[in-house]
Formats: sequence, C-alpha cells, structure tokens
Amino acid sequence: MSEIIKVGMADLKTCKAPDGVTTLGLGSCVGVAIRDPMTKVGGLAHIMLPDSTAIKNGNMNVAKFADTGIAELVSQLERLGAQRSRMVAKIAGGATMFSFQGNSSLMGQVGQRNVEATKAKLQELKIPLLAEDTGKNYGRTVIFYPETGEFHIRAVGKDESVI
Amino acid sequence: MGNMSLEQVTENYYDVLKELGNIGAGNAMTALAQMLQCKVDMKVPQVRLLEFSAVGDMMGGEEQIMVGVFLGVEGDITGSMMFLVEEESARHLIRKITMGMLPEGSEFEEMGLSAMKEVGNIITGAYLNSLSTLTNLKIFPTPPALTVDMAGAILSVPAIQFGIFGDKILLIQSQFYDEVELDGYFVLIPDLESYAKILQALGLPVV
Repeated sequence: MSEIIKVGMADLKTCKAPDGVTTLGLGSCVGVAIRDPMTKVGGLAHIMLPDSTAIKNGNMNVAKFADTGIAELVSQLERLGAQRSRMVAKIAGGATMFSFQGNSSLMGQVGQRNVEATKAKLQELKIPLLAEDTGKNYGRTVIFYPETGEFHIRAVGKDESVI
Repeated sequence: MGNMSLEQVTENYYDVLKELGNIGAGNAMTALAQMLQCKVDMKVPQVRLLEFSAVGDMMGGEEQIMVGVFLGVEGDITGSMMFLVEEESARHLIRKITMGMLPEGSEFEEMGLSAMKEVGNIITGAYLNSLSTLTNLKIFPTPPALTVDMAGAILSVPAIQFGIFGDKILLIQSQFYDEVELDGYFVLIPDLESYAKILQALGLPVV
C-alpha cells in the first residue's frame, strides 16, 4: 500500500516510491518537488519566504525559506540515498492571491519573489528545473510521486494538470 | 515594548484581545444584519496562536473553498483584516443581498462578487471603526480585494506576513451564523508591533 504524506505550510517531507508527498492550498507559497529518478527518492518543501538572510532573529524553521528549505530538502534526500548530481526539480505556486489597487508593496510580490528565489537556489545547487506552474492569481494543491516524477496540480474550477 | 513575543501577548492579554474581537465583530454583525434584514448571531471570539501548519485546518481544511475579502489596515496600527465566507454560504449571502436579481449559479460572476466585496467593505469598516473608537487610534482600511479559492491559499497571505517575525500566527477570529445558511469568519491580524500599541492605547501596562 502506498501512502501520501502531507506537508504543512513552512514544512518539508521526504518519501520513497511508491509513496507520494502532497501539500494543500498553496497560495503565494511555493511547493518545491525534488527527486532522484534512479533511487526514486523524493520530497516536497512548502516554502513561505524567499530569503532567510533577510531576517534577523528567532527564525529556527529552515523549511520556511527558499534558500534554507531547499538546502535542507536536498540533504535529507541525500541521507535517503539520493545523489545530488541526479536530482531534478519541479515547482508550483507563488500566486498573487489578492490584487490590490495601486499597490505594489512587498506583500503583493512575495509570490513572485518566492519563485525567483527558488529558481536561484536550484541553480546554485545545479539541480535542473524540469517544469513549473507558477504565478497567476489562484491557489494550488499539489501531489508529487517520486516513482514517475509526476507533479499533479489541482486548482479551484480547473481540471487537474500533470507537469 | 516592541519586543513582546507572540506568546507573551497571547498569555497576558488573551481576554482583552477577545473582548476587542467581540466588540468589533458585534458592530460588524449589526451592520450585516441591517443589510440582510435578518438576525445574525456570533460565537464567542477566539484568540489563536497557531503554528503555520495548523493554519489551514482552522476553517474546515486547506481545500475548503471560501470567498475571502482582504483589506490592509493602516494608520496608527498596521496589519490586515479578512472576511471569509464558506462557498455555499457566500452564494446564499450574494443572492440575498442582490434581492434575487441574479440567477442561481451565477453568484460568483462579476456582479455577485462585486456585491460581496462591498458587503465585506462595509462590515469590516464597521469592525475597524469600533476598534478605532475604543482605542482612540487612527485605523484605516485599504480598498478591499476579493478572491474565491482554497482556505489554505487565502490564509497563506497573512501567514507570510507573520513568517517574517517568527513561526506562528496570532489572530482574533469571530465566527458568525444564522439559523439556516450563513457561516463565516472575521479575522483581525494586527502586525506583531501593533499589539503593543493596541494594548497601550487601552491603558494596559505593556512590559
């Protein structure tokens, strides 16, 4: 029996095929799915903010940030036998949930900045980004299967898509 | 005083914050009941300090479809305010407010959502006005924005604000309902540093 493991907001989880990982209702946060196709080990991080270094005190949760969250996910996958050189990634989320009139504040752009920071970190770690479904103005629920690398995406009022 | 942690705020001032929610939501309910010309009840407000992972569960699960009206709060305090109504309940509310002008099933088209946004604007305005009167602080709402989406996705917006300060979110939540179809929430989410200002304005000793 395969199991689908749930990842909460500012959280990350790993699994081995045939299990999968899911996170529900991604808004401006980004879901980063990484797997090693050879060992079929994979994981999902639900990151909230782009950059841990921009924040000074009392932030112990590494899964919250794109930079530290992706680094932690990668090292957890390595402990499960995955190899960095084989890892590939897919990402989803980073929406702008509310469009404010005449407002381009920090909060309005956090989704986009999360996506940019995620891509930058993946590039730094030399993990190829195979596919993405990011931006726009709606929430997404995602399920990732390390067996096949399929990343299923559901949104309100839309058909399920697979990237 | 700007260094108060969320835990301190919650433990020491729980009842005060709950009472704020009570007064704010009470006024908002009166405004809503007048608009709908029916009786609307509310439950005792809750002050909640939540882990981010628990945020999605607070209103029927991350994937519960909701209509969310979101306003920024500006002035002497900053933060945000949300008015959230469960999908079916929102359809009912929109039909009622547009007095049967909209055919069933078309509630979430442009006209219905525009009406809903205005409802959100008026009643959150009533909520914030009463807080302003009570605390003598200037509190202005920004123009509202609306979306129909999963609760988890909607609530990620205020959660991210709190993510900058720590790993939990503090909010004042009031649930309202009527005998039949209405079910929704007000959530007031002051930024961390605004809690100290609110408490001080009420004459409470802030450590």
